[in-house]
Amino acid sequence: MTHIAVPKTYKLFIGGAFPRSESGRTYEVATPKGVFLANAAKASRKDARDAVVAARGAVSGWAGATAYNRGQVLYRVAEVLEGRRAQFEDEIVRQEGVSASAARAQVDEAIDRWVWYAGWTDKFTQVVGNANPVAGPYFNLTVPEPTGVVAIVAPQDSSLLGLVSAVAPALVSGNAVVVVASETFPLSSITLAEVLATSDLPKGVVNVLTGSPAEIAPWLASHADVNALDLVGAGALDWIDLEIAAADTLKRVYPPENGPDAAAPALSRITAFTETKTVWHTKALI
Amino acid sequence: MTIERAVSPAQRAIQVLGDDLTETTLKRYLEGIPGIDAVGLEQRAAGLGTRSIKTTSKAWALDRIIELIDLTTLEGADTPGKVRSLVAKALLPDPSDLSTPRVAAVCVYGDMVPYAVEALGAAHSAGTDEGVNVAAVATAFPSGRASLAVKLADTADAVAAGADEIDMVIDRGAFLSGRFGQVFDEIVAVKEACRRADGSYAHLKVILETGELNTYDNVRRASWLAILAGGDFIKTSTGKVAPAATLPVTLSMLEVVRDWHRLTGEKIGVKPAGGIRSSKDAIKYVVTVAETVGEEWLQPHLFRFGASSLLNDVLLQRQKMKSGHYSGADYVTID
Repeated sequence: MTHIAVPKTYKLFIGGAFPRSESGRTYEVATPKGVFLANAAKASRKDARDAVVAARGAVSGWAGATAYNRGQVLYRVAEVLEGRRAQFEDEIVRQEGVSASAARAQVDEAIDRWVWYAGWTDKFTQVVGNANPVAGPYFNLTVPEPTGVVAIVAPQDSSLLGLVSAVAPALVSGNAVVVVASETFPLSSITLAEVLATSDLPKGVVNVLTGSPAEIAPWLASHADVNALDLVGAGALDWIDLEIAAADTLKRVYPPENGPDAAAPALSRITAFTETKTVWHTKALI
Repeated sequence: MTIERAVSPAQRAIQVLGDDLTETTLKRYLEGIPGIDAVGLEQRAAGLGTRSIKTTSKAWALDRIIELIDLTTLEGADTPGKVRSLVAKALLPDPSDLSTPRVAAVCVYGDMVPYAVEALGAAHSAGTDEGVNVAAVATAFPSGRASLAVKLADTADAVAAGADEIDMVIDRGAFLSGRFGQVFDEIVAVKEACRRADGSYAHLKVILETGELNTYDNVRRASWLAILAGGDFIKTSTGKVAPAATLPVTLSMLEVVRDWHRLTGEKIGVKPAGGIRSSKDAIKYVVTVAETVGEEWLQPHLFRFGASSLLNDVLLQRQKMKSGHYSGADYVTID
């Protein structure tokens, strides 16, 4: 009996579910040589709106989880990612047209970065927080807290590594993420979403939109319920306009980065999406 | 209890059923009402829910929805302060946009009526067409499990405190066991308890609690019963039982109201309550009302939404239409 291949429908990832775009639109994803690969969902502004609602609903639970627990969950993501490396490598080869060894290197690097960031969850507070010296019988403590909902335009010239490098740091402190994946290489983002959906990550903490960043990003930049905007992959867009739109609602904005070192792992990517809280506390009443 | 016990006189029932008004004639009438095609009803409701309402129509619908809201707080933890903040929101739903209309009424428990009346001050309609009404739930809301004397005292108390509208619950146990006469008598008696000292009546909304009536046929029967007994409004639910208001149930109640209007020329109000949280859902109800009984029903004295969180979603949609970008929960009040 012959087997007829069952091709995968690449959909969006919103609130832990995989819906099609509410607009019903799709677009063709092809290899660099122009061979058809798959149809990907083309998200609309309303999908972005729904994703922000899902992310907002997930913030309190994710930010409220212990740092240790967040680290465990993120490490679990790396474990599941490792188990599905063959699928990721295959997709990278087909989308980017690179060699199998280059694809393997990219998956290796993506998993390493994910683990590196997972380790930071219960450590970055000690590094960037502080017990401030004061002249009185008080503690004065500074602690970083997650900003809230972070909208990310993922690096456009990378399928998996760029996405991981942008999403993982925002998750460390407890933010929820709405990420617009690479328009040219969207397939890895949805496969990563399948990994996230099966890794104990609470639904809504990461929401993945595929489609045109030029179309979706302005809606996220002006959205009053988005707290921060990571424009790392928005270099080719009118990102100055996005910054201006973001300024209307006082969002934190992280600027575009280009080149092979874009979104390189750094503590600054974690602290970029945190707020500093300083509290006074009496030492004792004795 | 004898089945032949005469039910108390109610003008409408006598008009329709004749002077010989007994539990038997009432029962025969209600059970003679044709059954509902449930599949057809749900399909019709689903069809009405697919209408696309955009731009200026949507802006009109959003404002109208606000004008039709009974802004509600019915929690055990309600305090005078909570009621005052609810009233403040009723009067000024969106402080960032003074063109936002006011809601139709605030809906509170009976003991909170004085605080609502006080907080409304000059903005209280107090029987006039201007201003915001105070609605009170009564008759041992939400279960309705109390003696008739307690229910009537509950009602009279709220009316005396200044309630313009009374939301009563029917005795679902009596209705489901076929004691229609008892349910009828209770509604008539509560209606009488809505009488103010000056002879006028507080508006009576009869809550059917459709989530406990099990079938659409029962909803239709209970709607007829409530109207015959003198209800000014028929209301779907208390909001304390799931499922609360659904579009098919509301549609079936609207059909009864339409039939009653054809029969007698009298207009009865409908109030879906509970579970309507988004503007999108509310717009479906607006479409259903307009298509079933007509646009003239889209007025506060003939249609209401019983809701608390709906108002915030409508305000967010209004802000989106006005500013061109999506708004967030930080830009409306926390209730």
